[in-house]
Amino acid sequence: MMLFESTLLLTYLTAAVRLATPIGLAALGGVLSERSGVFNIALEGMMLSGALAGVLGSHYLGGPWAGLLVAMISGALVGVLLAYLSVSLGANQIVSGVAINLFALGITTFLARILLRPAGIEQVPAFQPVALPLLHRIPVLGPVVFGQGPLVYLMLLAAPVLTVFVFRTPWGLALRAIGEHPRAADTAGINVNLVRYAAVTASGLLAGAAGAFLSLSHLNLFTENMSAGRGFIALAAVIFGKWHPLGAIGAAFLFGAADAFQLLVQTFDLGIPYQLPVMLPYVLALLAMGGLVGRSAAPAAAGTPYRAEEA
Amino acid sequence: MKVTGGRAVPAHGRDPILRMEKITKRFGPVLANDQIDLVVREGSVHGLLGENGAGKTTLVNILYGLYQPDAGRMLLRGRQVRFTSPRSAIRQGIGMIHQQFMLVPPLTVAENIILGLPPRRSAFLDLRRVEAEIRTLSKTYRLDVDPRAPIWQLPVGIQQRVEILKALYRQADLFILDEPTSVLTPAESEALFEIVKRLVSEGRSVIFITHKLDEVMHVCNEVTVLRQGRVVATLPTTETTPAALARMMVGRDVVLRLEKGPARRNGVVLQIDGLRASNDRSLPALKGVSFAVQQGEVFGIAGVDGNGQTELAEVVSGLRRATAGRIMLRGVDVTNAPVRRRISQGLAYIPSDRHRFGVIPDLTVADNLVLKDFYHPPFAYRAILQPGTIRQHAAALAKRFDIRMAGIEQEVRQLSGGNQQKVVLAREVSGDPHLIVAMQPTRGLDVGASEFVLRTILAQRDRGAAVLYTSAELDEVLAVSDRVAVMFDGEIMGIVRPNEVSLEEVSLMMGGALRKLLLPPTEVNE
Amino acid sequence: MTLRLAATRLIPVWAVLAALMLGMLLVRLAGANPFVAYSELLRGAFADLFGFSTTLVKTTPLLFAGLGVAVALRAGLFNIGAEGQIYLGGLGATLVGVYLHGLPPVVHIPLTLFAGALAGGLWALLPIVLRVTRGVNEVITTLLMNYIGFFLVSWVVSGPLMEPGAPYPYSRALDPATNLPVLIPATDAHAGILIALFLALLLHLLFARTAYGFQLRAVGANPMASAYAGMNVRVTLVAAMVLGGALAGVAGAVEVTGLKHRLFEGFSPGYGYDAIVVAFLSNGQPLGVVAMSFFFGALRSGANIMQRSLGVPVAIVFAIQGLAVIFLAAGLAIQRRSLVLELLRARLKGGATTDAHVEAARHDAF
Repeated sequence: MMLFESTLLLTYLTAAVRLATPIGLAALGGVLSERSGVFNIALEGMMLSGALAGVLGSHYLGGPWAGLLVAMISGALVGVLLAYLSVSLGANQIVSGVAINLFALGITTFLARILLRPAGIEQVPAFQPVALPLLHRIPVLGPVVFGQGPLVYLMLLAAPVLTVFVFRTPWGLALRAIGEHPRAADTAGINVNLVRYAAVTASGLLAGAAGAFLSLSHLNLFTENMSAGRGFIALAAVIFGKWHPLGAIGAAFLFGAADAFQLLVQTFDLGIPYQLPVMLPYVLALLAMGGLVGRSAAPAAAGTPYRAEEA
Repeated sequence: MKVTGGRAVPAHGRDPILRMEKITKRFGPVLANDQIDLVVREGSVHGLLGENGAGKTTLVNILYGLYQPDAGRMLLRGRQVRFTSPRSAIRQGIGMIHQQFMLVPPLTVAENIILGLPPRRSAFLDLRRVEAEIRTLSKTYRLDVDPRAPIWQLPVGIQQRVEILKALYRQADLFILDEPTSVLTPAESEALFEIVKRLVSEGRSVIFITHKLDEVMHVCNEVTVLRQGRVVATLPTTETTPAALARMMVGRDVVLRLEKGPARRNGVVLQIDGLRASNDRSLPALKGVSFAVQQGEVFGIAGVDGNGQTELAEVVSGLRRATAGRIMLRGVDVTNAPVRRRISQGLAYIPSDRHRFGVIPDLTVADNLVLKDFYHPPFAYRAILQPGTIRQHAAALAKRFDIRMAGIEQEVRQLSGGNQQKVVLAREVSGDPHLIVAMQPTRGLDVGASEFVLRTILAQRDRGAAVLYTSAELDEVLAVSDRVAVMFDGEIMGIVRPNEVSLEEVSLMMGGALRKLLLPPTEVNE
Repeated sequence: MTLRLAATRLIPVWAVLAALMLGMLLVRLAGANPFVAYSELLRGAFADLFGFSTTLVKTTPLLFAGLGVAVALRAGLFNIGAEGQIYLGGLGATLVGVYLHGLPPVVHIPLTLFAGALAGGLWALLPIVLRVTRGVNEVITTLLMNYIGFFLVSWVVSGPLMEPGAPYPYSRALDPATNLPVLIPATDAHAGILIALFLALLLHLLFARTAYGFQLRAVGANPMASAYAGMNVRVTLVAAMVLGGALAGVAGAVEVTGLKHRLFEGFSPGYGYDAIVVAFLSNGQPLGVVAMSFFFGALRSGANIMQRSLGVPVAIVFAIQGLAVIFLAAGLAIQRRSLVLELLRARLKGGATTDAHVEAARHDAF
């Protein structure tokens, strides 16, 4: 009995971590972008384009790693587009983001139909789980965390790295300053727009990787709209995690856990309607936003374009 | 004006650290700087004197690399330079302390100071070492700043010191101070002057921008007077007087004297008792304020910006909640009543930032003129707007107040500042209000527009309205008001009659060092 | 000035045209002739009776929801939650249709619409209250409500309201008295479009002629100045958002009572998000929303024919829509920047020459 339960628990936790990964990766990107003052609603579109690009890359360039590279590049390109619209042109960030998502949905579906189907591409080489030596032996934590695919490790590595970057380096300091008081950063000699471009492009890299996870790790193919709103959940994770990389990952785990619970319920037909636990993370995020679970302190300049006196 | 302490030592015979030659800068049709020559000698305090809009800030922004000149050249320590960004200016040893501080509130002093600097040893921030360096600097210049404190916790005077530390940390030897005392009390200003003297005694140079004559005489060795983008004169402060400088600054004999008849007071319009309120940071901004304003009098509020004047005006007009106390408007308790209630009781409000609070720039002049009244007859019947009536009303007001515009259907954003203020005035004053709350109504306006505003307000006062008047310009408040309350730290230090009090006493009250009797409204017609 | 105003109004048109041109490129990629494809699109949307009815059917929810987003937009709010409000609206109408019987259509139909409006409006209430009381950004909260709403409907339709013995989740049938009359016999085109057009006209009059419309516009343009002038900004914002939610709710109600007469899981293929596009492209003008939603409804409808006859994927329409908004956002931003210089010239002529003015004029356009 114990064995069965612990196996179930392990399976559940493993699934939770796995399902948290795309959200976590995208959320890390979201943290960077928002910390620089750009509200990145386009994480969804970045993820989706990454998913398709990953499949194409894996098929044509020999394997999931190539696919990951292509996915990250495509996410970054979308990031550059968003940065151009919102930073250089000063267009409304929300509208730009929504438009990009819509465009990404259309173009990925379209390209999937005319590129994948005629060429007969369906399943592609994907990432296999890699059990890290020694670490894998740790009870409970071992198989759950250290028996995952490479992209999970990427996320787990990126979180502390980004934390150090944001809080312990001069560039991270510049990033935080720009998100709070761009004019102060400008007069301190920092190129505000350049940093914003970099942050948004970096968020594209990460969101693209998240997309690659979906099509090259979670599954090994591309389906239309496969991101299914995870980009928006990532945004909620950013806020829930108070714009801190580790917080965002923590929030992502919560969403992953809920998602895994949904699968659990459906597999075992526990008699609870699966919708209710699935709703839970969204409700929690809503409560978090409402300030009922901690105060949210958004970067002060998020959402407004910065204008230096002359272009 | 009074002068404390000794005069600064003249700085003849020292080499110029900075030469700006024939600097010219245009913004569209406006010539902000017209062939300006400026020479700053090493180890001196050089004043840059002028009214609002004379071109002082533009000039130093060019020096600091924020703007590029259209013509002219700059020589720093004998070498020609051109700064494309503050970064290059900073690297050449120029440090600027802006009027609005360039500090990031959630970050600490140390983090703000090293912001934008490349990493020294490793790729990581070494805050501990930076903090130690800041403490040393702080001690040397007697600046007394805690490097670990987050900026938002620090009072304004200390924040300014952080700005100075920033420049010192970058080894600046040419400091630009842009109207530094505009946010300081007299006591803090004195402390600042001491710091400036210390900097100069170490061989550094200071460009001191101000529009206050006594500061120039007190702190500067030399002064350059600007007017409308041109240099009027450059001379040592020992060879001139405040009156002469004032004349140069404005181009005519300046005596702020308004034709003001005697106050005709009878009947209290506004009664404030024990008013308390918090500011946006939930800190107490009003700590038990009481006074009364009568019909036909102008009641001025003096004080350094940030001592509760803004909050007071907001509470009186209904934009901020009072946490305690009472406001009676014409005998009716409006303490936390909605704005519309107060408007119907005869309240008019001229906000301090007309652009953000006074007008809606995207709407037309006509729309803006009915902003308070659009929902009731004659402008709307059963919630249906009456465009004809609205237009007529707008045209009449525009004529009466001489609003220069292309037509009442023009968007207000296209009007000049002075005309926008006229729109605000027209709207607020045309209903013959009983109480006018005017918050810095002449801010950012040129002389002509300011005079119009002041004349309008005085006319209302003569008509019998009560006016609550605040302004950062002490001279203006004293000239316009019949009685003045001096605010410091959320309290009224004293209510006095302008002609019965000395400037020194007012200054002391503004600095919180003196409390005087609160002169009540009198029933006597003088 | 009028020329500039005209240019502003035309930017959405340019954006759409530019997107259509890029769309031609995509058609080429799909291996079809762009002109043939576009003519098939038009034919499918209008020339063919069935296609035209599909156009009407697809336009209706877009129009309702577009109006809903437009109302909020006018007050300066972003109602990204139209999708969730549509679902809740469908739920509301379903409840009224499933649990009430014996009422004549003339009573039952308005009841379902009202229930849909109520449900949609309530669904929008929480985000706006959070925004108004705690300053919580309504974009994220409405987004989250979308998911919660979707799952709520999904649960209801798989559980309490489920049709017994259904092969996949859908609700029991609504009382036939709630069915919207069919406009074109033997097609799906129902009277919902007429209701939508009527509401659009009503909204237009509301915006242009009433004090409430004036207040909406003022608050949306500058909430602070409106507060100073005595308007109750909070109430205005809440009312605008709730009204927007109600309109989106009606979209959901009409979809249920007009088409399948049952509530289906996932019955909205993203109409709420499309509505954002429609509202933005119309600059929040109700009559513009009518035009734009027809345009997109036609695109969607015609695209089906285009896919069937030429093999060009329907998804191309999404890409074109997204591009149109990208171009629009870019176009508006560019125009705003060139406006700054123009404004400087106009403002400074009046006399004020302070540096503060120069700076202020610069930041004016935002």
